[in-house]
Amino acid sequence: MILNKNLKSILIVIFATLALNACAAKKKSGDMSGDVYTGKATIKYLASGVPDRVFFATNKSNLTTAARETLRKQAKFLRKNKSLNVTVEGHADERGTREYNLALGERRANAAKDYLMTYGISGKRISVISYGKEKPVNTASTPLAWSQNRRSVTVKVN
Amino acid sequence: MIRTILILLFFLLQTNKVFSLIEVDITRGNLDPLPIAVSPLHVDPNSKTSSNIKVKELGEKISEIVEKNFKSTGLFNPLKKDAFVQKPDIAHLKPRFEDWRLIKAQALVTGKLLVKDEKLKIEFRLWDLTASKEMVALAFTTTPSNWRRVAHIISDKIYERLTGEEGYFDTRIIYVSEAGPKNNRIKKLAIMDQDGAKTKYLTLGNELVLTPRFNPTNQLVTYLSYFRNLPRVYLLDIETGVQEVVGNFPGMTFAPRFSPDGKKIIMSFAKDGNSDIYTMDLETRVVERITDDTSIDTSPSYSPDGKYICFNSDRSGLQQIYVMKSDGSDVKRITFGKGLYGTPVWSPRGDLIAFTKVRKGRFYIGVMRSDGTGERLLTENYYQEAPSWSPNGRVLIFYRETKSNSKGEGHSAKLWSIDITGYNERKIKTETDASDPSWSSLLSK
Repeated sequence: MILNKNLKSILIVIFATLALNACAAKKKSGDMSGDVYTGKATIKYLASGVPDRVFFATNKSNLTTAARETLRKQAKFLRKNKSLNVTVEGHADERGTREYNLALGERRANAAKDYLMTYGISGKRISVISYGKEKPVNTASTPLAWSQNRRSVTVKVN
Repeated sequence: MIRTILILLFFLLQTNKVFSLIEVDITRGNLDPLPIAVSPLHVDPNSKTSSNIKVKELGEKISEIVEKNFKSTGLFNPLKKDAFVQKPDIAHLKPRFEDWRLIKAQALVTGKLLVKDEKLKIEFRLWDLTASKEMVALAFTTTPSNWRRVAHIISDKIYERLTGEEGYFDTRIIYVSEAGPKNNRIKKLAIMDQDGAKTKYLTLGNELVLTPRFNPTNQLVTYLSYFRNLPRVYLLDIETGVQEVVGNFPGMTFAPRFSPDGKKIIMSFAKDGNSDIYTMDLETRVVERITDDTSIDTSPSYSPDGKYICFNSDRSGLQQIYVMKSDGSDVKRITFGKGLYGTPVWSPRGDLIAFTKVRKGRFYIGVMRSDGTGERLLTENYYQEAPSWSPNGRVLIFYRETKSNSKGEGHSAKLWSIDITGYNERKIKTETDASDPSWSSLLSK
């Protein structure tokens, strides 16, 4: 039942993102699609082929197709390594007010956590923390840097 | 605590509440500041040296602080002392009004002080040079180490007499001191006098701290700390240094402020990607949920009568400002302009709400009436936010960050202030980079 329901929602999501992607593709420029980072420069890997982070649009916390793909890889990796726990860190860029950004980072981290959970990872294995705009990965004040900073990062804790 | 340190013995000498000719209008930007002469306070030769304080220089130093305070308001123009025409002790007895008018002064401050038996006795007068009248005369006694506060209290009394508004000089600012590169910033709680003197660091910088705010009596501070990497709202007693976590929330609490009676802390609690507003009574520890919405509700701030709360929420899709009754009922959106609105803070006078606005990549500090009408943007910049009110509701302090270059360097964070008229924008000097300022109420009332 639950699996069925999940499958359904995933299918809907896939169709929806395909449609979205078609729009976004028009504005692709360099390492950004719209204002979502699509490059690899800041990414680290939990294991070979398993990127540790996903990127978000300004003020948004919904997952892009690429983000979902990354998180599915993370879920697969976590299913294989059953004793491993993770923290999902949510971050925002420097272009918002501090308090709102703390909430936004928390929402982004939870979006990633929820997606991992729909792929069978127990919520008990995933803690979340928001750093708002406090821990930028790229300290420049450019649209590219901001796109790299709007992220959630999955970090091994043991 | 702060109040007990200062044994203030105020008594009016004989203030003549007569009609005076000079007054300062602070409701508009003042392009013609009042020329004022601040005579050095006369030091009584019977004064004794007291605990490392150079008593002989004290009269000069106090008058310099008063001048600096006046200058910072933009409303007064303190005149150069080398043009002064009378000795401090003689002027204090009875100024030769016509001589002071010659140097274009319209108001004159005189005073004298005596340090004896570990006590500082001070007397000062404000003279209306146009009407040739005494406007204020006050005397008080305190401990000599309080001499800076004496200067601020004198400034407050004169400001009050000349503007008809409460002063804001005998106040402190709590803020976050910042150092180091942007991706590894060391942040500490710091406190200083309103004029930047007497900086003291309250935390060591081992953990990230953000958004400190005073309680109404300025003895406690509530702030966000990442102690043990668990972001939670904390309470700090400034005198004792005792810290405690506020409540027992299973997730991040942030954006704290005190209620106007100081009994509650209002804050956001984030759970499962949803931030709502909660209060906790500090005595009974009772926690109340105030908002219940699937959006981000944060940056709550009470009206001074405690009946309403303003906050920001993205329930409409984007960050906007809302007002509700303090029990969470009757939620009304008050901002409808183009752009995002955040960090609403209710004025201590109750009439205005200050906010940060983000539009087309620019950041504004502004004020509006509490129903959202009459929006006025005071200052525009690359990044600035988090306004905090002076206790008289006339000045806002906030922080401003500059861009970093393409290498990610050259970024700075500084405190600034601006009058709600939109005039008199000033950088506040701090020992380090600084952010998240919060203005205390008047320390002596």
